[in-house]
Amino acid sequence: MTALIDLSLHEAAQALRAGETSARELTLACIARMEEVDGHVHAFLAQTPDLALEHADRADKMLAEARKGENESLSNLVGIPVAIKDVLTIRGVPTTCGSKILEGYRPPYTATSVQRLIDSGAVILGKTNTDEFAMGSSTENSAYGVTHNPWDLARVPGGSSGGSAAAVAARMCFAALGTDTGGSVRQPAAFCGITGLKPSYGRVSRYGLIAYGSSLDTVGIHAHSAAEMAVLYTTMAGHDELDSTSMPGAVEEIQLQDGDLRGIRVGVPKEYFIDGIQPAVEAAVREALNVLGDLGCELQEISLPHTNLALPVYYIIAPAEASANLARYDGIRFGPRKNGDDLWDTYLKTRGELFGPEVKRRIMLGTYALSSGYYDAYYAQAQKVRTLIKQDFERAFERVDLIASPVTPTTAFPIGAHEDDPLAMYLEDVFTLPANLAGVPGLAFPVGFDDSGLPIGMQITGPHLGEAILFRVTHAYQKATDWHNKEALL
Amino acid sequence: MDLTAEEVRKIAFLARLHLTDEEIETYARQLSAILEYAAQLQEVDTANIPPTATVLPLTAPLREDTIRPSLPQDEILANASSSEEGMFQVAPVLEQEP
Repeated sequence: MTALIDLSLHEAAQALRAGETSARELTLACIARMEEVDGHVHAFLAQTPDLALEHADRADKMLAEARKGENESLSNLVGIPVAIKDVLTIRGVPTTCGSKILEGYRPPYTATSVQRLIDSGAVILGKTNTDEFAMGSSTENSAYGVTHNPWDLARVPGGSSGGSAAAVAARMCFAALGTDTGGSVRQPAAFCGITGLKPSYGRVSRYGLIAYGSSLDTVGIHAHSAAEMAVLYTTMAGHDELDSTSMPGAVEEIQLQDGDLRGIRVGVPKEYFIDGIQPAVEAAVREALNVLGDLGCELQEISLPHTNLALPVYYIIAPAEASANLARYDGIRFGPRKNGDDLWDTYLKTRGELFGPEVKRRIMLGTYALSSGYYDAYYAQAQKVRTLIKQDFERAFERVDLIASPVTPTTAFPIGAHEDDPLAMYLEDVFTLPANLAGVPGLAFPVGFDDSGLPIGMQITGPHLGEAILFRVTHAYQKATDWHNKEALL
Repeated sequence: MDLTAEEVRKIAFLARLHLTDEEIETYARQLSAILEYAAQLQEVDTANIPPTATVLPLTAPLREDTIRPSLPQDEILANASSSEEGMFQVAPVLEQEP
């Protein structure tokens, strides 16, 4: 039998049902894998083996009952070890958001997304590294050290959900939750050669997701394939009364037929094939488009004319929302406190000393954009241009069913490459930001490698609440190709 | 556009961030570059374009105002660096009577 950690989620679920392995054994295999490789990768900020084994033993009981015929409708998640980005809360488990300002914080509540996984029998292995408060594209902004890309340890895994992507790519877990505010699930998926979903805004509850940019934040998924992600997605998606931005109504069923994609219209936006894109990235994406064509998709060039404005819009709106959301960190109710001469001074010192450079930069940027005299020129204008970007997508989806593009202009860059140049780092997100501004779902999956053996990703974007077609198309592609089965050698 | 050190100090004050002189200088340079890049937004014609604050077609949902258990007080206070008698403790804000 293949080593347990090399099984797909469905193979593991099958082996658990058949009694060929137990959830405890599977969990111990993942813990052993973490011990073996996480010293090099640093994907985890907190490992929770005790909690994981508690979940595993519970899963083994559920499996035993199922074998006796007492639990017919068993989820494929029962006994499956998963990891959680450290911006999602789990009651009693340290949650830092990669920041010193939340060091030692143990939330008194669990995020709905995580709770739904736990309720379905999943095993929580620990919390994964992130850029501080999810602000970044490399995990270099974590206050607890950078995560290394399993394909090349000298390179970044992408970010901000770099810990989750690296943990999946290095086979320390079967799937992981990330969050995506401007590309933070899709870009690390591309850099780490795995599959990642940013759902529609409002589709997966954000209760327990520690807020960064509230009009953009989403809870997403990392796994090796669309079929595996679908198990987590169907478990988590749907209305939650604890999140006032959660969409009511039924979730469209995910159907994973094989092969035939006849009649699906794929738009290829000319604005996404720009100067400066790495030739290997463009070539791999063009080749993947040919595969979609062979599977029956009808390809057509389209235009999203306001694409180049997404970056400046995002870097006004997200910092503005962040400056408001992060006002709560003052050292009084949670996290460490840096005592000053008086309460005022305590606020200044706590925030000045415990927030990292990128977080302070974005708080300042947002404060400026919202301040008297500049509000109309920056924030109000950015919200209007956001409307134009959203309308680009609405018009495109009158003509096509989905939009295909590269995820990132380049493959994973070396650690330290963008040090001291925040604008260059922001440009990493140029192809992923528009989906967040428009609120539409995006799915990234591997479509090849560059000359250095680094993974390349393609992104498909659908209309709001149009996840089903993204799963269907990606699954068909992954049935026809095997890029998603390539593994980093660690 | 170039932010002066004085402007950066003012923003830091509004944001309740203590910054070192070195940080003030770095942020003046970096924020100026980012704002210069963002200035291209001002050239876009947005007459008659409404702003997008949320992409959702929802209005604020309402629920019945029923009494439910709140989060446990001891777990909440356990996260504070200083608490007393069931309250968060801070330095005196008002001068005390003699």
